[in-house]
Amino acid sequence: MLKNITLGQYFPGNSLIHRLDPRTKLLATIALIAIVFVAQGFSGFLLLAGFVVACAASTGIHLKFLVRGLKPLMFIILFTFILNLFFQTGGTVLISIWIIRITSNGLRMAGFMAARLILLVLSSQLLTLTTSPIALTDGLETLFRPLQVIGFPAHEIAMMMSIALRFIPTLMDEADKIMKAQKARGADFETGGLIARAKAMVPLLVPLFVGAFRRAEELALAMDARCYRGGKGRTRMKQLKFQGIDGLAALVIAALLAAVILLNRLNLF
Amino acid sequence: MRDKIIQAQNVSFQYEDGAAPAVDDITFTVDRGEFLAVLGRNGSGKSTLAKLLNALLLPTAGELTVDGLRAVTEDDCYEVRKSCGMVFQNPDNQIVTTIVEEDCAFGLENLGTPPEEIRWRVKAALSDVGMSEYAEASPSMLSGGQKQRVAVAGVLAMRPKIIVFDESTAMLDPIGRRDIFAIAQRLNKEEGITVVWITHFMEEAALADRVIVMDAGKIALEGTPKQVFSQTDRVLALGLDVPGMMKLADRLRKAGLPLKEGVMTVNEMVVELCRLK
Repeated sequence: MLKNITLGQYFPGNSLIHRLDPRTKLLATIALIAIVFVAQGFSGFLLLAGFVVACAASTGIHLKFLVRGLKPLMFIILFTFILNLFFQTGGTVLISIWIIRITSNGLRMAGFMAARLILLVLSSQLLTLTTSPIALTDGLETLFRPLQVIGFPAHEIAMMMSIALRFIPTLMDEADKIMKAQKARGADFETGGLIARAKAMVPLLVPLFVGAFRRAEELALAMDARCYRGGKGRTRMKQLKFQGIDGLAALVIAALLAAVILLNRLNLF
Repeated sequence: MRDKIIQAQNVSFQYEDGAAPAVDDITFTVDRGEFLAVLGRNGSGKSTLAKLLNALLLPTAGELTVDGLRAVTEDDCYEVRKSCGMVFQNPDNQIVTTIVEEDCAFGLENLGTPPEEIRWRVKAALSDVGMSEYAEASPSMLSGGQKQRVAVAGVLAMRPKIIVFDESTAMLDPIGRRDIFAIAQRLNKEEGITVVWITHFMEEAALADRVIVMDAGKIALEGTPKQVFSQTDRVLALGLDVPGMMKLADRLRKAGLPLKEGVMTVNEMVVELCRLK
């Protein structure tokens, strides 16, 4: 039961996007999100949607995966859509019932917001689907390294994230074992209402937490024994290196931005 | 005379909340290149001793010199840890990263070694423990024995002169246990690394150059495995077992057979019994 949980939903592969430097992917995703907000017309959104779908197709990730990621956010997307629909004013009035007035401007803005949110989710999903969690952590650490000057603990955060990733499967295994041990003694995790089930989890969580603390202590000792003393003076075996494809990605993103600005100017639709 | 890589002079250690000292006024030396086994029941102070050797704990009294270094300042501690590596009991709790080769690199990264050097030292260390083909694997997919081999490689990459194995085989299956012990023996014989092997298993201790038996923080018995295990009654009184063949020899001797002292392995027993015919 616990084995089914995957984190980050990394989808291994060897496509062009998979091989990009994690920093490039992080920056490109941020840039893409910015571009989504630059776009001021449906022609721009169409272009961006086309770009995201083309990227997804090139990685060999099924569109189904991307769409599945939208599901948990469907409510928020719908909510902003309706909010914009009802509260934006201006333009010609399309429908007017009682105090509810839907204007052409409202419809337009609502469509924009929904499109933006969907594109936002899809592009960030593309990042997590094509980048292994550990590469992502490395990328974040290097990107945030300049901020260490002002005291931002970039190394510590990255180390914490990678240790968390390392221990997720271990703790899952342990939770599974504890669960089986307690089931063998008659514990019931599956029946009853929400509250009864939540209560049944307490005897599972207590030993799990105690175990996690014990592990943390031992791990700290083991790290000490191997001369760990924080990020200072530390080197890395795997050095992140920008390559030709990273430059190419930067060009593609720049071209995309130019195209979106151009479409805004043309004011097509 | 071989030089002493570890010298302990009246070393004591007391935990802050402990009533009795965990290690109580012990004096011993370890030769360079020696394979020393440390035995003792739970709570006898073996693990505390291991942590003292690695400067994870500092003696509360006495003098401990490891590879010519005495840990006083924090920097000394790192120097000691560099020359004295440690493999712990639980393989799960000493692997830091999600990829085998990166875990091997962890110690070297901490020391600030240049990336290219880390790369080839990690490669060498992994091939040394026979884990090259798992370099890119995730530790969570490995068996206990394999994880422990990775842990050994991680220590090995740092090129220590001493490796302390703190009950490193206690949680492994028999095959994993045999593997790790064989690796430790090979590193000791072929690469001249001094091994301090802390264990519960008499069969392992029987193959060491020398055995120290600890009890209540003190050294209760010391000597070659033959010298130690031939004192069957003492060893049993210390809450330990003796290797099966020694026990058998002891009982046969008590039953009146004139077996010579120090029969430890099945082969020696066969030779000895055939001699009687």
